Parts: sequence; C-alpha cells; structure tokens
Amino acid sequence: MFGTTLILAIRSIRRHVLRSFLTTLGIIIGVGAVVTMVTLGKATTAAVQQSISSLGTNILQVRPGQGFGRGGGGPRPPDFKPEDVEAIADQIAGVTAVAPQAQTTATAIYEGANWSTTVTGTTLAYFTVQPWPLASGRTWTPAEQAAGKAVCIIGNTVRQNLFRSTDAVGKRFRIGAISCDVIGVLTTRGQGGFGDQDDVVLMPIKAVQRRFTGSRDIRLMLVGVDQAYSTSAVQSSLTDLLRERRNITGGKDDDFNIFDTKQISDTLTSTTTMLTRIVAAVAAISLVVGGIGIMNIMLVSVTERTREIGIRLAIGAVAREVLMQFLVEAVVLSCLGGIIGLILAQAIIAALVPLMQVPWTFDPQINIIAFAISAVIGVVFGYFPARRAAALNPIDALRHE
Amino acid sequence: MAVASGVRVAASRAGAVVAADAPLIQLRGVTKTYGTGATQFQALKGVDLDIAAGDFVAVMGPSGSGKSTTMNILGCLDVPSGGNFLFRGHHVETLDRDQRAMLRRRYLGFVFQGFNLLSRTTALENVELPLLYRGEDKRTRRDLGMAALEKVGLDKWWDHTPAELSGGQQQRVAIARAIVTSPDVLLADEPTGNLDSERSVEIMELLTGLNRDSNITVLMVTHEPDMAAFARTVIHFKDGLVDRIEAQHRPGVVPEMGVN
Ligand SMILES: Nc1ncnc2c1ncn2[C@@H]1O[C@H](COP(=O)(O)OP(=O)(O)O)[C@@H](O)[C@H]1O
Ligand SMILES: [Mg+2]
Repeated sequence: MFGTTLILAIRSIRRHVLRSFLTTLGIIIGVGAVVTMVTLGKATTAAVQQSISSLGTNILQVRPGQGFGRGGGGPRPPDFKPEDVEAIADQIAGVTAVAPQAQTTATAIYEGANWSTTVTGTTLAYFTVQPWPLASGRTWTPAEQAAGKAVCIIGNTVRQNLFRSTDAVGKRFRIGAISCDVIGVLTTRGQGGFGDQDDVVLMPIKAVQRRFTGSRDIRLMLVGVDQAYSTSAVQSSLTDLLRERRNITGGKDDDFNIFDTKQISDTLTSTTTMLTRIVAAVAAISLVVGGIGIMNIMLVSVTERTREIGIRLAIGAVAREVLMQFLVEAVVLSCLGGIIGLILAQAIIAALVPLMQVPWTFDPQINIIAFAISAVIGVVFGYFPARRAAALNPIDALRHE
Repeated sequence: MAVASGVRVAASRAGAVVAADAPLIQLRGVTKTYGTGATQFQALKGVDLDIAAGDFVAVMGPSGSGKSTTMNILGCLDVPSGGNFLFRGHHVETLDRDQRAMLRRRYLGFVFQGFNLLSRTTALENVELPLLYRGEDKRTRRDLGMAALEKVGLDKWWDHTPAELSGGQQQRVAIARAIVTSPDVLLADEPTGNLDSERSVEIMELLTGLNRDSNITVLMVTHEPDMAAFARTVIHFKDGLVDRIEAQHRPGVVPEMGVN
C-alpha cells in the first residue's frame, strides 16, 4: 500500500515538473524570506546593542560649540584649557575623573609597514572614566604623563597592521614626525557605533599637544559620573561651572555642549526593543504571506487535479489511497522546498552580512519554525482540498472543470 | 483490505446462491434526482432492468433520457436516489464508498466518451494503473498491461502518452485499462461519440470480440443505430424510464437489412 503510494507520488511529481516546481517555489520563498528577514533583523539589533555598549555609560562628553547642527555663524567658541579639566574634577560633586582629549590623525610606520590611524592624547583619567584593560604591557606613569614622554598604548588593529604577529610591547615605531615606544596593547573592543574602536594610538596628552597639535587646547573632555549620582544633576552643575568660567551671562546660549551617553544609550535601548518587535512583526507577516502563497498554489493544483482524482476513483482507487498519494506528494515537495529555502536563506544572509556591516548570526529557532510552518501549510493545503475532491462521487470529480 | 475480501466473499456467495441464468445485474425502481429545491430534477423515474451475464447491450434513447445516469449508477460512479441495484444478487445500494470502490476495482470496467486518460502518462502506465491499486507487483502489472494493450492492438504504442495518440487510439487505451483487471462488466458511455465512423467500427469490433472471447458483459450507450446493431440486446430509454427492450438475433447486421 505505501509502496504503491510512493510510486504514484513520485511519478506524479516527475511528470508535472513545472507544477511541482511552482509548489516548491512557494515554500522556498516562504521559508527563505522569513529566515532571511528575521536573521538580518536580529543581527541589526545585535549591532545596535554592540554600539550602545561601546559608548559606555555614565559618561558626559563635553565639546566646545553648540552641538550638532546648531551655532551657525560667528567666531568659533574657544577650546577648553587644562585648567577647565582640573576645575571640573575638583569642584563638581559626583565626578569620578575628567579625561581631556586632543586628537589628530597620523601615519604610523614600522619596518616597511605603514598604517594611518588616530592619535589620541589623554591622561590616565581616561582609564578611570572608561575602563579599558590592557592585553599586555602597562599604562604610562604619572611622571611620563607630566613630562609628555613619547610613549604609546596601541589598539589591536594598529598592532596587527604594524607589527603583524610579533609582540609589540617594547618596539619603537614612527608616528608622524616622532618616534614612539610601545608600552602597552589594549584589549580588543571590536566594531563600535562609530567605526573600529581598536584603530587607535593613545599617548600622554602633553606629547600630542607639543608634537602634533602645537597648542594646549582640548577639544573634548570625557567626564566620568559616579554611579550614585544622576548624570543630569552633574550635567547641570557642569553647565553652571563652564558658563561661569567662559563668562556666559544672562540669557546667552551655552557655547559648549554636553553629550550624555547614558541618555543616548537609554534611547537606543528602547529603539532596539522596538526594532526587535518590528522584526517579530515582519516575521509574522512574511510567514502569513508565504503561507498564503503556498495555500494558493496547493489549492490551484488540487482543483486542477480533481478530474485526475475522479479518474483514479473510477478505476477502483479507494479515496484513502488517492489522499495518501496527495499527502506524500505534499510532504515531499514541502520538505524539499523547506530545505532549499533554508539553504537559500543562509546564502543570502552570508552575502548581505558584510554589506550591512552586521554580525553573522544563526538562529536555529527561526529556521525550525519557518520550516515547520511552511511544511505544515504545504501539507495541510495539499491535503484538505484533495480530501474534498476525494469525497465526491467519482462521476462528480470527473465532471469537474 | 478487509473491505475487499468482504465484498468478494459476499459477491461469490451471492453468485453461488443465484441460479445460473439469473441476471448479472438487476435494477428495481431505480430513481435519481439531481439538485435540491426549485432546481430539483428527476433524471430517473423508476428504472427496472435485468442484464444477463455475457450479454452485449446497447443503450439508446434521446438526449437527456437518463442513459448516462443509469450507466454511472451501474458503474458505481454514482449512487441512486432510490430503488434497488443488485449485482449478482447482492444489494449494491447499501454499500459504502470503499465497498463500491472495491466493486469497481474487481468487477467493473468503465469507458468514457472523453477517454479520461491521465495526461503525460504512457499508455502502459495508464493501463497498469488499476493493477497498481490492486497491489499487483511490477512484473504482473507489466505482463497484464502489455497483454491488454495487445488485445486492443496497441502493444507497439505502449510508451506513448495520450497527447501522442489519435482519438481512436486513446479510446483503445481506455478500453485496455478497463479490461486489464478482467472485469465481469464493461460499461461504455458513448465510446465512439468522439470518433469517426471507421474508428467507431474498429472499437465496436473490439468490444464484440471482448464480449465473445473474454466473456465480458458489455453495456454501451450509443446514438447510432449502426453501432447498436452490434449488440444482442437494445434497451431504449425515454424520459427517465426504460421504454422498450428488443433482442437482436443477428447482431452485427444492420437492422434495415435484418430480420426485424
Ligand atoms: N449532474 C447533474 N446535475 C443536474 N442534472 C443532471 C446532471 N446530470 C444529468 N442531469 C440531467 O439529467 C437528465 C439525464 O441526463 P443523462 O443521464 O446524462 O442523459 P443522457 O445520457 O441520456 O443524454 C438530463 O436532463 C440532464 O440535464
Ligand atoms: Mg449521456
């Protein structure tokens, strides 16, 4: 009985290649679309989350100017001075540390390898504000910091591009116009929201100011806020202090801006949550659309085949045998389509992940769900219309147009 | 498969009980009503009919007189609305779907005006299909299938699909499919309706041969007296009833020239 059914099902699939292909195609598209959408959606969510964590929390970034998109004309507001850094650290309650930053880009050269990177001058406070352990070596000493010695702590990307596999600590390389000793290598942080975080060379700020920027100006301060204090309270005291120090009185606007990463990361976290919900909704819609496609093809194919069902019944097949054949056909086509769909989805994901700059992920759950739902729809819609047809009197099935 | 053996046992028991000359098929007051309510239409109004084993019957009558309806009921393709249908003395109207399928599978062969072959399927595979449902093995299917094709003169065409065959050839494949299971009764509803007269005569000769040599009872609907002339018995239908039955003593002789 089952052997007969299998023979009939396989004959039927082989004889109606186009119909079988279209049926399978519905399932391929259903499974492929759902798995691709959900996987890429989740990867994007993961990427956003990674960016958030790379910002660090409880940090206020202070810059001269009126912030993004404002300020327009007029003279450029002055940069900060080392005295501002000290004042903030000393006078505002809840500030753990203040790290000034002076930045420039320069080309690093070591034994024929060269690499263009960002040179960040800062103080040891940098590591307090934003813990970043070293993979090897050490940080600079307070004495080296005070003297503005040319010592470097390098990010992993710089290490890889300049020193390949050799241990970089203790090596001396050229950066811009100066020579610099590598004293430490930072641990890998990976891709952040604003590019490769490991493509960095850290130096005592005095060295950068003296050898690169040529002034004592500070373009950015990172202000660490104690967990016990609210960042907004610290932000308002900080605003008051800076207005006073920069002689901004009355109703005049601030000529600096404070960027609260805590606030940003809260916003981003809620965005991510929403994104996750959207992904789920897209998945549900894809499944429904894919499902309707499969239903359609199955329904059309069974309607087309009602006369065939009539013929089989007329020559002595029992309804059960005809149904078994349709069921086996539906199972074979649905599973085939499902497997091809899963493979296709993985291929599309592999192609899109580098373009979208999101991490590659594999989520077994969505693969299983998409496959199961499509297969069930394929089988149900291959089976139930056939059951209706097989329940007809043979003559009625034969008359069916 | 319990159903199959049940029918077989019942049928053979009935066959043993019924006298040798008892009719193979008996219809008693068979009615058939199509549709419901206002569109209701009574196609058969109480048909009484006896068909003897081994007979060659032509069914004639005006269009809409209920010939096809009767044939479909006899072929277990449809069920009567009322009355009794006895096959070898066994009541068919009380059988369920699966049991009727077993009757079709073992005792009945049906040939349609429109051939009703499976498309994209070779002649041999079409002919083998009833054997497949009967659970015959591959070798038996092939041997019996080829033998049936040989009987209809198409053994050389076994691997051709319906699209590659002429109408007459397709109808012969359909006949081969109907007789491959060695049925007791072959029912043909206007088998020559779609064919020219030369092909029609070939089909009639084929049916006559099957009736004579393989002892298959043949019932055939036709509009043409030339075709009916091949039969031994001619049943005339009119308005959903049997109008009259005539016996032809010299089948194969055209009536105008014959003794009637
Ligand atoms: N499936 C059906 N539904 C409704 N009416 C039908 C159906 N089949 C046949 N009829 C009607 O029953 C009558 C007898 O039909 P049929 O047996 O096919 O006649 P014949 O074969 O003698 O031409 C006709 O009037 C026809 O219209
Ligand atoms: Mg008719």
